[in-house]
Amino acid sequence: MIQVSHLTKIYKTDGAETLALDNVSFKVKKGEFVAIMGPSGSGKSTLMHVLGALDSPTSGEYFLDGEEIGKLTDDKLAEIRNKMVGFIFQSYNLLPRTTALKNVMLPMLYAGIPKEQREEKATKLLEEVGLSDRINYLSNQLSGGQQQRVAIARALVMNPKILLADEPTGNLASVQGEEIMAIFKKLNKAGNTILMITHEPEIAKYAKRIIHLKDGRITDGN
Amino acid sequence: METRELITSSLEALSLNKTRTALATLGIIIGIAAVITLLSLGQASQKSVETQIQALGSNLLTVISGSIRPGDFRSASGTATTLVLDDAKAILTSSKVIGVKNVSAEIQRREAVTAGRKSINTTVVGVMPSYSEVRNVEMQWGGFFTEAENNSLAKVAVLGPTVATDIFGDVSQTIGKSIRINKIAFTVIGVMTSKGGGGFGGNQDDTVLIPLLTAQKQLFGVDYVGSVSVEVSDAQAMDSVRDQVGYLLIDRHNIADPANADFTIFSQADVLSTLSQVTGAFTALLSGIAAISLLVGGIGIMNIMLVTVVERTREIGLRKALGATKRIVISQFLVESTILTIAGGVLGMILGIILSYIISKLLDLPFVINPLSVLLAVGVSGAIGIIFGWYPARKAANLQPIEAIRYE
Repeated sequence: MIQVSHLTKIYKTDGAETLALDNVSFKVKKGEFVAIMGPSGSGKSTLMHVLGALDSPTSGEYFLDGEEIGKLTDDKLAEIRNKMVGFIFQSYNLLPRTTALKNVMLPMLYAGIPKEQREEKATKLLEEVGLSDRINYLSNQLSGGQQQRVAIARALVMNPKILLADEPTGNLASVQGEEIMAIFKKLNKAGNTILMITHEPEIAKYAKRIIHLKDGRITDGN
Repeated sequence: METRELITSSLEALSLNKTRTALATLGIIIGIAAVITLLSLGQASQKSVETQIQALGSNLLTVISGSIRPGDFRSASGTATTLVLDDAKAILTSSKVIGVKNVSAEIQRREAVTAGRKSINTTVVGVMPSYSEVRNVEMQWGGFFTEAENNSLAKVAVLGPTVATDIFGDVSQTIGKSIRINKIAFTVIGVMTSKGGGGFGGNQDDTVLIPLLTAQKQLFGVDYVGSVSVEVSDAQAMDSVRDQVGYLLIDRHNIADPANADFTIFSQADVLSTLSQVTGAFTALLSGIAAISLLVGGIGIMNIMLVTVVERTREIGLRKALGATKRIVISQFLVESTILTIAGGVLGMILGIILSYIISKLLDLPFVINPLSVLLAVGVSGAIGIIFGWYPARKAANLQPIEAIRYE
């Protein structure tokens, strides 16, 4: 599903170069649930952004479901982000002052799906993450856990090949975090491929495989 | 994405932040309304002056007694007494002056005019019967006095509409009534049609006209006239008639050096050009203020658009992360700015026109809206609104999605 080889990312800020990813190679098979762990500054977020086509690598190859992401045009990348990847952010990143339903419908809008189908699918997914009574709440009226569940519904709405989660429980209390992980476990059981960043061992244990990163290199788990 | 979806989504984005939307629209409204109002005001005042001067009659030369030299106004109009009725007659009949259609001599003073217990102060003008033709006098009621009435020193009067209303109230019932000017009884034989405004020579609506000879002999006890109005048959001949009249009068008054002339001749064109300079400066001033308002309005629009750029950049990053293409993001922002600009533009235009109308009514000016100034105001504010809505969006859309999301 995911094949990464010799991936390198260098940030340039005011002349200084930061090596965020240093020759990273690994594979993820369909249906896997992988946790990426590492101290802050280890490059795990950068890796996740490259995998989610939110950022481009400096060098190296990245195949997602057989397609080489590095060679794609801007519009094609937008389509990859829209249809292939479901991204879940640590800080949820919902549209402010917008209902849960509209937030979940947004990716389908860009895919050109008709409004009735958008509403139907979004409602179904919000029910699945346990928010059937919060469908028309504005994003800022929801708790952190509820917002993250809206974000999960939004990530799933286009039936992506992989789910990428960047510290999905990082801003949540442990009870809410466990609720989110329960959803992840269920999704993985249903056949979804999941990659998740975390620095909490008790969250990482939900995954079937753990990749450790340090200073931009994989130290363990490949 | 369909156009309809695009517009719906832009409208939703606009309603996300109502304060921002309201402020941006307000900036556009104020910019446009201010420019339209100020330019309209300038043009109205210019037009008002032109209309008043044209109401005096074109092709008109005025000879007044006394000379007006730059820096010397001591011997100006009214103090010199050298101009007489025979001068006026000579201008009309002399073979040395060619192209004169008609001449009227006038003398005027402020007098108390009474009827019953009503008394007002107004300008009483002694005029020749030809005055009605020279000055384009139109009668609302009754008629003008005749040569015979002038020669027989008849005590008849033609009232300006303001005087008639002030004294009698009901203008239609004034004919045949008696008024007293300086204790002498006059019979009202006519009421003039309103010409409105002021212009040179005071407000013509606020005057009482009586025969010149009656005024000279019965009322004022003088044998000179204050001014002579000369109607020139052809506008092309204005300059030559002016010179001929000048030489004739210098000759008749036995003046050796033309620099010492005891009279002054001016045309409506002179008055018009002097006043046009004044109103032109006024219009230029207002245009300057309008340009500044346009600039300030534009900067206001720009600021509102740029102030929210951090929030908007993050929003763009998120939309791109969820699969929006660059084109969709830019179109959405372009549609948003266009909606803002059209809404603000239309409201600003309406507000500007209403303000112009109210001010023109308050200041008693004609209501003038120049489509060009409206176009200018709407065009400039609109362009600023669209450019500064679109440009940051384009910049944000060109970033990597994660860079835009993390933008600070």
